[in-house]
Amino acid sequence: MKFSRILMALTVFSLLLAACAPAATPTPTQAPAAPAATPTPAVKGTIKIATQSPLSGGQAALGEGIKNGAQLAIEQLKGPIEALGFKVELVPFDDQAKPDVGVANAKQLVNDPDILAVIGHLNSGVAIPASETYKDYDLVMVSPANTNPCITDRGYLVTNRVCGRDDVQGAVAAEFAFNELKVKTAFVIHDKTPYGQGVAEFFKKRFEELGGQVLGFEGTEEKANFDPLITAIQAVNPELIFFGGIYDQAGVFFKQAREKGVKAIFLGPDGMDSSELAKIAGDAVVGMYYTTVAAPPTVYEGAKKFIEDYKAKFGRDPEPFSAQAYDATAIVLKAIEAAIQEAGGQKPSRRAVAEKVRATKDFQGITGVITFDERGDPVKAKYFVIKVVSGKPEDWGKNELVKTLELEPPPLTPELKAACGVK
Amino acid sequence: MRGKLSESLLYQALVVPLIQLFVFVAISLLVIGSIILLLAVLFNRPVAGGITLLQFVVRTLPQVAIDGLVIGFLYAMIALGYTMVYGVLQFINFAHGEIFMVGAFIGVELMLALAIPSTAPLMLIMAGILLAVAAGMVGSGLLAVAIERIAYRPLRGAPRLVPLISAIGVSFFLQDAVRALEGLLNNAFYRNYPSFPILNQQIPIAAFTVAGEPVQMQIQAKVLFIIFASLLMLTGLNFVVNATRLGRAIRAVAQDRPTAALMGVNVDRIIMLTFLLGGALGGATGVLYGIRIGRIDPYLGFIPGIKAFTAAVLGGIGNITGAMLGGIVLGVLEGFAGAYLSQFTGGAFGTEYKDIFAFMILILILMFRPTGLLGEQVGQKA
Amino acid sequence: MIRAKAVEWIAQIRNGRSVYLIGVLGYIVAALLLMNWLGQPGMRAVAWYPLIFALAFAAFLGSLLVIYYAPLSVALKALLSLAILLVLLPILGVRNTFLLEIATQAGIFAAMAIGLNIVVGFAGLLDLGYVAFYAVGAYLWAIFGSPQANIAFGTNRFPLEPEWFFPFLFLAVGVAALTGILLGLPVLRLRGDYLAIVTLAFGEVIRVIVNNLDKPINLTNGPQGIRPVQRPPLFFKPWLHALGIRLDDPTLYALYFYFLVLLVIGFAIWMARRLENSWVGRAWTAIREDELAAQAMGIPLVRMKLAAFATGASFAGAMGMIFAAKQYFINPESFTFMESIGILVMVILGGMGSIPGSIVGAVLLTILNLQILKGLSQMLNALRQAGVVIPLINFPLSQWPTQLEPAKYERLVFGILLVLMMILRPQGLIPERRHRLELAEAMGREEGLERLPAEEELPPVVPAPEVKPARD
Repeated sequence: MKFSRILMALTVFSLLLAACAPAATPTPTQAPAAPAATPTPAVKGTIKIATQSPLSGGQAALGEGIKNGAQLAIEQLKGPIEALGFKVELVPFDDQAKPDVGVANAKQLVNDPDILAVIGHLNSGVAIPASETYKDYDLVMVSPANTNPCITDRGYLVTNRVCGRDDVQGAVAAEFAFNELKVKTAFVIHDKTPYGQGVAEFFKKRFEELGGQVLGFEGTEEKANFDPLITAIQAVNPELIFFGGIYDQAGVFFKQAREKGVKAIFLGPDGMDSSELAKIAGDAVVGMYYTTVAAPPTVYEGAKKFIEDYKAKFGRDPEPFSAQAYDATAIVLKAIEAAIQEAGGQKPSRRAVAEKVRATKDFQGITGVITFDERGDPVKAKYFVIKVVSGKPEDWGKNELVKTLELEPPPLTPELKAACGVK
Repeated sequence: MRGKLSESLLYQALVVPLIQLFVFVAISLLVIGSIILLLAVLFNRPVAGGITLLQFVVRTLPQVAIDGLVIGFLYAMIALGYTMVYGVLQFINFAHGEIFMVGAFIGVELMLALAIPSTAPLMLIMAGILLAVAAGMVGSGLLAVAIERIAYRPLRGAPRLVPLISAIGVSFFLQDAVRALEGLLNNAFYRNYPSFPILNQQIPIAAFTVAGEPVQMQIQAKVLFIIFASLLMLTGLNFVVNATRLGRAIRAVAQDRPTAALMGVNVDRIIMLTFLLGGALGGATGVLYGIRIGRIDPYLGFIPGIKAFTAAVLGGIGNITGAMLGGIVLGVLEGFAGAYLSQFTGGAFGTEYKDIFAFMILILILMFRPTGLLGEQVGQKA
Repeated sequence: MIRAKAVEWIAQIRNGRSVYLIGVLGYIVAALLLMNWLGQPGMRAVAWYPLIFALAFAAFLGSLLVIYYAPLSVALKALLSLAILLVLLPILGVRNTFLLEIATQAGIFAAMAIGLNIVVGFAGLLDLGYVAFYAVGAYLWAIFGSPQANIAFGTNRFPLEPEWFFPFLFLAVGVAALTGILLGLPVLRLRGDYLAIVTLAFGEVIRVIVNNLDKPINLTNGPQGIRPVQRPPLFFKPWLHALGIRLDDPTLYALYFYFLVLLVIGFAIWMARRLENSWVGRAWTAIREDELAAQAMGIPLVRMKLAAFATGASFAGAMGMIFAAKQYFINPESFTFMESIGILVMVILGGMGSIPGSIVGAVLLTILNLQILKGLSQMLNALRQAGVVIPLINFPLSQWPTQLEPAKYERLVFGILLVLMMILRPQGLIPERRHRLELAEAMGREEGLERLPAEEELPPVVPAPEVKPARD
């Protein structure tokens, strides 16, 4: 008897719902809540740009920087698109620096037809699988921070980046260590992610080519207790330690190593570039070097206004990669604008946007002039070597720029493509 | 008569456990160290850096032993919480790892709030740390009592599976609750313990040469402090359990609950106090662990929790000295595995496998000697 | 025949049982209309959209539950359910592949929940390392269905052609079952608590091994995962073209996996039902209730326990392989303790020992995680961008810290669910009769106790014949 009562209730409810539904079909204004989300009659639709970066967890500082940079760009540069009759919105996603979350988010956001581009990710290990989903749906991704070569070496239309690559970055680090710092022995550690392991391997390869000796190559996911590793390092006594990874792990390692009496010079890739590193490790990182593809915004001439605007809006200095995110978003906005015009004022298809992004030529960004080559890399990218001068997080912006290089990526060969899993 | 009794009680409760502890430490270090040396001699070959395996082992052995010992003490202290609750309730308190983690967070918040300058005199720093430890103990103890009340007591008569699942639920809830709280208060759920150079300095113990190899033994000041604190707590707990009325009541409830109730022991209250004690210990350990590691996050309790449970089982669950022994042995084994596994296997199996070590030990012990090294001390099921 | 059937139908309608049919149909239609209305272009702009959409989808899937409980004939129930699963859902899914994704994922978890239910619910062995078998199945295909095997073994024949997928599925089932037996052997003598911890340890061991097996031979590529993983062949594509249906590859694959998963779930349900009512199932019940007594009655403990592990593991292995093919990329992060507990929560939520319960638990939890929590986060974000302020406390939502977004608090939800379920309703949402009685008896609660249905009436009591004392 109980069931029939439930069923009666359900039937009544469903009939009511079915009765209400058609009546409520026309305008969304009848739906509850969000005031500003209601489109005005003159608007032809909404265009959304998504960002995917870690907004929580150990790397949130960098991830937030990417989101903020994109947000600022949209606010400042959406004018032309709005004039064409489309509203522009930002949809941030948190990929938690985990590939699974990134892919799950990707599967969700490709189903929103308003999203025409993705700015992200921070971690190559997340970007690579997520971009497989983007490729299936022709959704273009422009990365401000992914440096692993496989991002673009797979030769997809939808993957692009505005920064440099690890095969060049690792080599730059190795050459700097061997030629300028004059070290002959190094111990290489990586964090077992595609990014960290990738850049560590490139460093090792170049260092050995130059004649240096790599005393150890260890991968670790350890975040807390590096005792065994430090003991192994002390036993072989290297002159330099290269840590291919990100600051939240490296910081703990550097601190514990110095405490145990390790005297080697520390060197790392762009994952080190964050004031959080100084916060975690303090004085342990004074005097260390790192390479990066995204210098502090103070280095770029066109970025002065960006720094002021960022500070005014978000209340703090721009983090690394926020300027790159700004440029990436600007490129996307311009491409969308061109695609709308080509589509005769209608909402463009994702493929059209992707093609326009790839066709970007001589774009004046705040980080420099960007032209994409046939696989989405900038034809010439800047690489920097920076020295840490102070253990105080607030002084991170005062780090000394030691060297600047502008280099081309290596040409795309079938071997490179195959190494990334594409036949 | 009375004087002699209390004197012997003091001797029993304080001195004997300490002697036991030293004996355990010495034996385990000797045994495991010799095995490693033997293996190094048997499989001697050159490793990276131009030295041989034997040289590598000899150079680093004492340091690795000390490192392993420190971790072992920490595991021992966490294991105590597990073993006490299991002894009394025959129930694995899954959430104990999280109680340990909460202690670490309470400690860090207090220390950051105290804001002791890093150049302050040693006494001030020590006072700050002691305060943090005390706060951790109180906080975690109370938390443990609350958990018992809310999540375990209503399920006391239920089949085994039910409170166990509830404990897992509490564990998960605490992890994210702390994360949410930290996120709300500080917009980040990683916290860094303040660092004091005076505690971080290395105190050289000895430097000698063995067969031409330079061997250096040094210990960090804060590690010394940790060892001292853990010794204090271990003996303190031993004293409470073996030499006080409360301890006797706990042992009675552990041995035979219905009879203890008939003898006038307030079983509910004793169980609550057991949780309080175990939780307090876990909390103190949390603060010490945080000081040692420096950077804490809400998920740090999971793996040490399982390892500490392994330690408790290794020593004999329900047995307090067993928990200490198990912790030390496990810590030393793990330290050695972490340092030497990579070199011994030529890079085939790296340091990450040290975690598996603990798990394999757990499986092996439960397969072949479930009562542990020192034998179980649990009563019949209530 | 047909005449008789028609007469029967008319009689049924006259009886008024058709009101249930109308009710059920009405519910389905209403759910469909709701989904359709929500699918309109303008709706996405509304802040509440993700949440309502999730609830609508849940309601739509709930129609299956309604059908399950409706007092209709079995044939009718089957017809309706198949119509929903095989026709309606795919049509909705073609328009929005995310729905198919959720449904497929829910299906994968449902089959695994049924598998774990066999171990935990039928045999009473609390297995906290269930994800290990999932990982074994997934990596088996990932290694051989991708260039990884070439890297590991130095050969050149891999990846295998897509046609190998189905033979490999059977292999995965076998290998997973074998792993189940291997994992079960050491834990045979352990009690509940110890069993749980040891299986947990095993789960972690498998995870660490998979995470580190990039040396000495690179079998699993460590934390970087394996990519790309071969997908099963689209053998039906030419048939679809003949029918005039042209869909792009991603949609086709989404549908493909959806139907594949449905097939496996169907098989799993059938298998579990058969086992439940066989002597194996009864042996498991005996072991669950009292091991010693069961052993005394002659039940071979070792074989039965191993059989439970093996059966449960085989479901997970099959699903693992399908998961790997679907995801196209796997890494060790998908196989953590969280996953094991997730499946456990599904089983507990649904009801230990209850097969429909496992499915309900799996669907509910998947929708919760994939849609509701994420939807809440997106809703929060939309409101935040719109500058909405919570009225009473005047708290602008733009100040809501990113750290506190609901999508990240899966663990919290799991934890609360577990504790609440244990305290309030340990028998689950759709309790299995025997479990409910056991739990009620053990925990001394009256509400769970129920009279046994009439079919198990005891024979009438015959008074004992009087025994006259023997006089010699």
